[in-house]
Amino acid sequence: MPPLETPVPATGLFTVAWLLIAIPALSAAILLLVGRRADRWAPYLGAIAPLISFALGLVYFVQMLGRDVATRAVSVPLYNWISSGRWNINVGLLIDQLSIVFVLLITGVGGLIHVYSIGYMAHDDRRRRFFAFLNLFVAAMLLLVLADNYLVLFVGWEGVGLASYLLIGFWQYKPTAATAAKKAFVVNRVGDMGMSLAIMLMLATFGSSAFVDVNDGMPKVSSTIALIMGLLLLLAACGKSAQVPLQSWLLDAMEGPTPVSALIHAATMVTAGVYLITRSNAIYAQSPTASTVVVVVGTVTLLFGAWIGCAKDDIKRVLAGSTMSQIGYMMLAAGIGTAGYAYAIFLLLVHGFFKADMFLGAGSVMHATNDEVDMRHYGALRRMMPITFVTFAAGYLAIIGFPFFSGFYAKDHIIEVAFEHSAVVGGLAMLGAGITAFYMTRLMLMTFYGAKRWQEGVSPHESPPVMTVPLVFLGIGSAIGGLVLNNWIVGWLAPAVGGEPEETAGLLHVSIVGVLTLVVVAIGVGISVFVFGPRREIPITQPASQSFLTVAGRNDLYGDAFNEAVFMRPGQQLTEGLVRFENSGIDGAVNGTAAAIGGMSSRLRRVQNGFVRSYALTMTVGAAIVGLVILLGRLG
Amino acid sequence: MNPTNYIVLSAILFTIGTVGFMIRRNAIVAFMCVELMLNATNLALVTFSRMHGALDGQVAAFFVMVVAAAEVVVGLAIIVTIFRTRHSASVDDANLLKF
Repeated sequence: MPPLETPVPATGLFTVAWLLIAIPALSAAILLLVGRRADRWAPYLGAIAPLISFALGLVYFVQMLGRDVATRAVSVPLYNWISSGRWNINVGLLIDQLSIVFVLLITGVGGLIHVYSIGYMAHDDRRRRFFAFLNLFVAAMLLLVLADNYLVLFVGWEGVGLASYLLIGFWQYKPTAATAAKKAFVVNRVGDMGMSLAIMLMLATFGSSAFVDVNDGMPKVSSTIALIMGLLLLLAACGKSAQVPLQSWLLDAMEGPTPVSALIHAATMVTAGVYLITRSNAIYAQSPTASTVVVVVGTVTLLFGAWIGCAKDDIKRVLAGSTMSQIGYMMLAAGIGTAGYAYAIFLLLVHGFFKADMFLGAGSVMHATNDEVDMRHYGALRRMMPITFVTFAAGYLAIIGFPFFSGFYAKDHIIEVAFEHSAVVGGLAMLGAGITAFYMTRLMLMTFYGAKRWQEGVSPHESPPVMTVPLVFLGIGSAIGGLVLNNWIVGWLAPAVGGEPEETAGLLHVSIVGVLTLVVVAIGVGISVFVFGPRREIPITQPASQSFLTVAGRNDLYGDAFNEAVFMRPGQQLTEGLVRFENSGIDGAVNGTAAAIGGMSSRLRRVQNGFVRSYALTMTVGAAIVGLVILLGRLG
Repeated sequence: MNPTNYIVLSAILFTIGTVGFMIRRNAIVAFMCVELMLNATNLALVTFSRMHGALDGQVAAFFVMVVAAAEVVVGLAIIVTIFRTRHSASVDDANLLKF
């Protein structure tokens, strides 16, 4: 493996790269602190902040394009954070080929989501706070991807966790939303434990957690340490990216407002895990076992998410299942190693477009149907909502991998490298593509085709331009993203992810695997059309289920039941046992001692009887004893 | 005269004082018994001073007298006050300060 690039010191405009993070953070601070006076202009300030960051990011990107490959990665040292003993932790930013594409994704897609939110949240009284939290989310995510040190990355990581908690529980008066927010927070803590342990291990091993030091030091450490580090980072990534076994928060996170779902699923949050694995490529290069575990986790999750996606009737939950599944593909690709990193990021970028597109499309549909989320109550919406329909269709064609749409290129590459890695993994990935085609087609058919199954009083209408314009942008991105990125992304990312700049297959590249994948996808679409086609009767209420597969899928594959049985119940029993021990054992000892001393003193107290003559007797006897002791002592 | 006799006298006086203090109920008598014990002690101190040819014992005796004088002032005042309020000089009647 060629050594990773060494960043060059920042010059010119790069020295103020911290503005990328500071602008949305400042906007969040203003919106939170100014108070009700800001209510009128809050959405506009909130939406403009990430767009300014985007513009700045674009300037950096263009400058980097103009530079020589060797000098593209730039380090921006900011200040010394902790200087204690042999640890010296500096806060700095690293702008390289990997982080700049993330910056553009986060601020670009995130900015469009902000603009969309102006329309979507127009009737919410607390929208000032909403935009403040969105900006906080973007700022935290930018810190995460721009940090040049795992410890600084962790700050952003936690900021993302906080912002997601605040946003998922934004409608906190709904008990389900409050619970979902807590659940997301708690499940993420499990991952964060992995992250903090990994950082401690880095500090203990290398005396530093800077990317540069870790990358330099990795080839010298034992394979055990590399394995532990890899697994801990994977645990962290599983928490943020909702991979099995820490997937359970993602579906409940749909309780938040729809733009939040779009932001979490497309531009921020769930992509953090993939970023972490990709950024830690030097660690995984030292531990094939850890990489294999990443591949297994990715493969399991991609099927897991697809399974759930097939069984749900709630449009947002179907999309959430598909996110899990797509992130599973990215993890799978990242686990394969240098051959896969670039494709993982490729899929991540185009996924950012098509998933944001579809989530915002779903939000637009909900907007039109009085916040209905049950697809059984949709149907025939394509005529009422042409723009939403067309843009959603672009996202749909992208996710199923329709030729020349963005998902087609990204996913084909992953399935191909998966086949090169192992036939089983490749086969499962291909199966996942088929299932994806099935449930996404189901979603399209139930929402936009078939008979009208609207609830009473619902009269769907197209959303206002402030919502449809971002959809159009995202739809265009979903359609052409693959064509634009395909011949460029691998070569661009190679220096940052340690891969060799190899030839990427051309736009019209045809391989056996690619053709087979298309056949599987076509079968998936075919089955879906056969079952849910426009002529088919779709029951308005969910039919009581038939097969185990459906029941399991509707129950999120018993993820919650598993957590409840394996962690929650034993945990409660453990705490109950501890409480009992505390009550009877520790409290018993403490209270018992106190009671014994109290009892003794209440008896001893009787001596104090108020009769002076008995005191005199006591004193005399005491004095006699003392005298006797002195006398005897002297004699002895 | 043999100084031991003074010591014996002192011991006898002290014992009378102690026993009297323990068995008599009248506060004035009990008080006089205390004084008797103090003076028995003084006698012993002075005797020891004489036996050892040093002045320490005599000095100590002065201290005891001073303390005894102060004690008489306070003690008699208390006894008189108690007698006025409770119409009794029995030490057994003044037994409210207890457990």
